[in-house]
Amino acid sequence: MSSLTASRALAPIGTAGKLFAFALDVGRAVFRRPFQLREFLQQAWFIASVTIVPTALVAIPFGAVIALQVGGLIKQFGAQSFTGSASVLAVIQQAAPIGTALLIAGAGGSAIAADLGARKIREELDAMMVLGIDPIHRLVVPRVLACMLVAFFLNGMVSVVGVAGGYVFNVVLQDGTPGAYVASFTALAQLPDLWIGLLKALVFGLIAAIVASYKGMNAGGGPKGVGDAVNESVVITFLLLFVANFVLSMIYLQVVPPKTG
Amino acid sequence: MGVEIRVDDLTKSFGKQLIWGDVTLTIPAGEICVMLGPSGTGKSVFLKTLIGLIKPDRGSIIIEGTDIASCSERDLYEIRKLFGVLFQDGAMFGSMNLYDNVAFPLREHTKKTESEIRDVVMEKMDLVGLVGSEDKLPGEISGGMRKRAGLARALVLDPEIVLFDEPDSGLDPVRTAFLNQLIVDLNAQIDATFLIVTHDINTARTVPDNIGLLYHRHLAMFGPREMLLSSEEPVVRQFLNAQKVGPIGMSEEKDADELAAEKDQELPPLPPIPMQLDPSNGIPRRSQRPPGEWCRENGVTPPPGSFESANAGLAPGV
Repeated sequence: MSSLTASRALAPIGTAGKLFAFALDVGRAVFRRPFQLREFLQQAWFIASVTIVPTALVAIPFGAVIALQVGGLIKQFGAQSFTGSASVLAVIQQAAPIGTALLIAGAGGSAIAADLGARKIREELDAMMVLGIDPIHRLVVPRVLACMLVAFFLNGMVSVVGVAGGYVFNVVLQDGTPGAYVASFTALAQLPDLWIGLLKALVFGLIAAIVASYKGMNAGGGPKGVGDAVNESVVITFLLLFVANFVLSMIYLQVVPPKTG
Repeated sequence: MGVEIRVDDLTKSFGKQLIWGDVTLTIPAGEICVMLGPSGTGKSVFLKTLIGLIKPDRGSIIIEGTDIASCSERDLYEIRKLFGVLFQDGAMFGSMNLYDNVAFPLREHTKKTESEIRDVVMEKMDLVGLVGSEDKLPGEISGGMRKRAGLARALVLDPEIVLFDEPDSGLDPVRTAFLNQLIVDLNAQIDATFLIVTHDINTARTVPDNIGLLYHRHLAMFGPREMLLSSEEPVVRQFLNAQKVGPIGMSEEKDADELAAEKDQELPPLPPIPMQLDPSNGIPRRSQRPPGEWCRENGVTPPPGSFESANAGLAPGV
């Protein structure tokens, strides 16, 4: 009985270990030739096509909410001239990578998990291995790289759309002055803020694609297994993304000194 | 000329559930073998273990001096190039049409030009009778066609070993007969080692050179076709003759009460052993033995009426 409880309690650690081992396999396969360029481009196009519009639509209210919140708060401190800077910081460092991650995981990751899961239960992956082709090299690596690439560019798009949305709301609704908003950009924000945002987007794309691929390739038990795999992959990705975001933000804030004045 | 597969002391369990244990057999090069067993005895697991998709708990599978059960991932991918596998539902790649599916292994593993690939693909498509359907997607064709397409893809790299996972499941009797004929003709043509996993006794009685029977978590018997078809061993006899009397019950094995109730029941006589299916050109395959040879050599009297017709011997008459 005790061993049963123990094995059940330790099961998540086993899963985490397998996921990590899978990530290492992927990392090794990245450098194996020939690179699957065609699959990579197809996947990048596919992931971009399912994420661009929703991401843009999410980015506008995201930027607006931050502008409203930060703008209101900053007004109480009497520091309106820094509104632009504060909302840029918030959008580029946090909102853009997180917004990107949610959509990459929700739209891109779920599609990857469903696709690989369906291939798994139709024995396509087995057939591929038997034909002497490693599905990790052939299918997973292009998806992971495509996801990272798309996340990187989506992050840029969210940053631009979010900042623009913030600008519109600040200027139109909060009677901010356009010049002050734009001019204060560089007051608090600095270039490393942009780098960390892009780095986060890359890491989030990596995590989302690895988890989705792992879950898809280990789907089992018929169509229901695929549904479960998709569901689990989205939930696990979200959890991991927020942890990763926390860790990355902590490290960044420790390592890079904030810009003063 | 085919490759021999030596399986020694193979054991596999999922969790605490033993699937089969101590399976030891040698699949001779170039011959057709059938692995039989009631539903749920791990026939497919056995097949997947042979190609290294599932790692056994114990034991070895030696092919050309490489142990599949313990070799490295890299060796495994290398040795798999010897294999052609027909999966249960064909396992065609859903996103590609049949032509691309069959061409896929060639494009991945060879440096052939597109026109050379076209020649090979069309030859294999012709072999399985699918010329004219190259542009169809796997979702658009029937199960039987998917199986044949899967077979074409399995053959495209000229394998030394071909594994069939239930080639007859979900096919009507006529298509099954055609597929069996195709299997025999193929063996005559390419001389590869064939292993067919099935529970269709019709196939088992007429197609192979050797038969194996998995039952009750072990290999009950493995040997030449005539040895099993003339065997008095209860399990073998019951399964190969599709009878209700015997140790196999509806759910796995029968309990003691049921067996006791059957004790006095007269076992129906063994049906005659049918002729082995000949290649359609009439020339015997290299590994084919003359009918009745094994029985004569081993002093076994085959059931009356044996080797007189190609009828599987289960229905009276003909």
